[in-house]
Amino acid sequence: MALTGLFLCTFLVGHLAGNLQLVFSTGEEGKRAFNEYAYFMSHNPAIKLLSYVTYISILFHIVDGFMLTIQNKKARPVGYAYNKPGANSSIASRNMAVLGTLILVFLATHMANFWWKAKVSSEKFPLHTYTVYPPMAERPTEMYYTVKGDAIPKEGVIVKEGTKLFIDSKMFEQQIAVMKQMNPGQQLPDMSQMNKNPELGEGYKDLHSLVFAFFGHDKSKQGFPKNDMALAGLIFYVISMLVLGFHLWHGFSSAFQSLGVNHAAYTPWIKKIGYGFAILVPGLFALIPIVIFITK
Amino acid sequence: MATKFININLKIWRQKNANAKGSLESYKLDKVSTDSSFLEMLDQLNEQLINEQKESIAFDHDCREGICGMCSLYINGRAHGPDTGTTTCQLHMRKFNDGDTIYVEPWRSRAFPIIKDLVVDRSAFDRIQQAGGFVSVNTSGRTMDANAIPIPKADADKAFEAAACIGCGACVATCKNGSALLFVGAKVSQYALLPQGKVEAQERVVNMVRQMDEEGFGNCTNTGACEIECPKGISLENIARMNREFLFAAAKSE
Repeated sequence: MALTGLFLCTFLVGHLAGNLQLVFSTGEEGKRAFNEYAYFMSHNPAIKLLSYVTYISILFHIVDGFMLTIQNKKARPVGYAYNKPGANSSIASRNMAVLGTLILVFLATHMANFWWKAKVSSEKFPLHTYTVYPPMAERPTEMYYTVKGDAIPKEGVIVKEGTKLFIDSKMFEQQIAVMKQMNPGQQLPDMSQMNKNPELGEGYKDLHSLVFAFFGHDKSKQGFPKNDMALAGLIFYVISMLVLGFHLWHGFSSAFQSLGVNHAAYTPWIKKIGYGFAILVPGLFALIPIVIFITK
Repeated sequence: MATKFININLKIWRQKNANAKGSLESYKLDKVSTDSSFLEMLDQLNEQLINEQKESIAFDHDCREGICGMCSLYINGRAHGPDTGTTTCQLHMRKFNDGDTIYVEPWRSRAFPIIKDLVVDRSAFDRIQQAGGFVSVNTSGRTMDANAIPIPKADADKAFEAAACIGCGACVATCKNGSALLFVGAKVSQYALLPQGKVEAQERVVNMVRQMDEEGFGNCTNTGACEIECPKGISLENIARMNREFLFAAAKSE
């Protein structure tokens, strides 16, 4: 429990640092930064390895936690008629299993809302697009932002394998046919000689808009349906972070004690750092969707 | 402090034997001196019960000066009652008010089965001790004077603090998990800190922990309740030391 718990604490710090980008950089710049970061997190081999360690840690922490709780319940088959546990221990310390189970419920919904949609689901995931206003054009143009930093107009491009951008050859042929009609004499490229499906690049999954849409922003233009349950989602998120805070309030310093680290000089500091961690980390996690929600 | 007399109501766990189904029984006891100890109050109640031709209440006690570890009792939701740093025999009736209802229950743990009423079988602790709570020394012929080995004062003090454990079982009784780690931690520590205990340190911690698990005690979740309820003020530091000893021993074992 202690080792996996402490590892998951480091995971929380990493995850929080990633999330903070959602509010610290704004506009198209911020959106790019976040989606690039998300791409890096899902493609870098070292991060991939780390993510598997995280999955295993979470699973082990859950299974071990349930097993220990069952053993502990068995150790006292008959309870006390009158018990005053508040006289000698904190609420958080006595309810780690309940808090952990609540976090597990949150984790399930959290992964279904974000992780599943972005990484597992076979449903089409909207890609990062932005609007440009060409000086002479009548209307603004929607562009894809690609991994190589290119801008590719949305029109005439089809998406394959989730993120790969290809020329829509049918539309291209139609356009050529139109041009042929308009200028009968002009020499036009022979379509049969061309690669009909040239890959133009790879787009970014627009996780930034997914998050903003989830917490109430209208991102229907980006392909995310408006979430009418945004406030409920926000409240659930904030409460879950409160639960996480209580879990960490006891868990952080408890992990050190379990590993045998107890020292007259260091333990008071470990406890203080643990309390700070328990307030700061879930607090900042909760602040991000609050900021997103009120700026909608 | 002038002696006062109070009238109290008691709810006491009665159970005929290990297999019988017990229940909380109500008793009324008048004219209890606030100078009497909690156990003397129970003596008074037993006299009353004997006079009424009823069966007296069985409870553990021996030295009645807080050193033997025999007395137990979960009083008003706390091990050894509302005071900290005391055993039940050191708890006085001046801590209670006239008209109070006092709940008295036995230690509750799978590893401490009830023998009768408030008496529980704590021999699980003896078996844990037997599994490793000793040092092997040559007792025949030319024995060595224990004081001939220099020991740093700080280590000696810590070992002594750990050895203050009287094995009453309050740690198990108060722990929400029924864990015996404070007891085992104290017993492991008192030897681990001293040079005489180093020889068997590795197998000691492994064997004692194994026996502890076999007895059916729960796991430690570091709530810290045991440290607060321990009549001898045994520190959680001893549990950490035991964890440390165990981790190293487990890593080194073949």
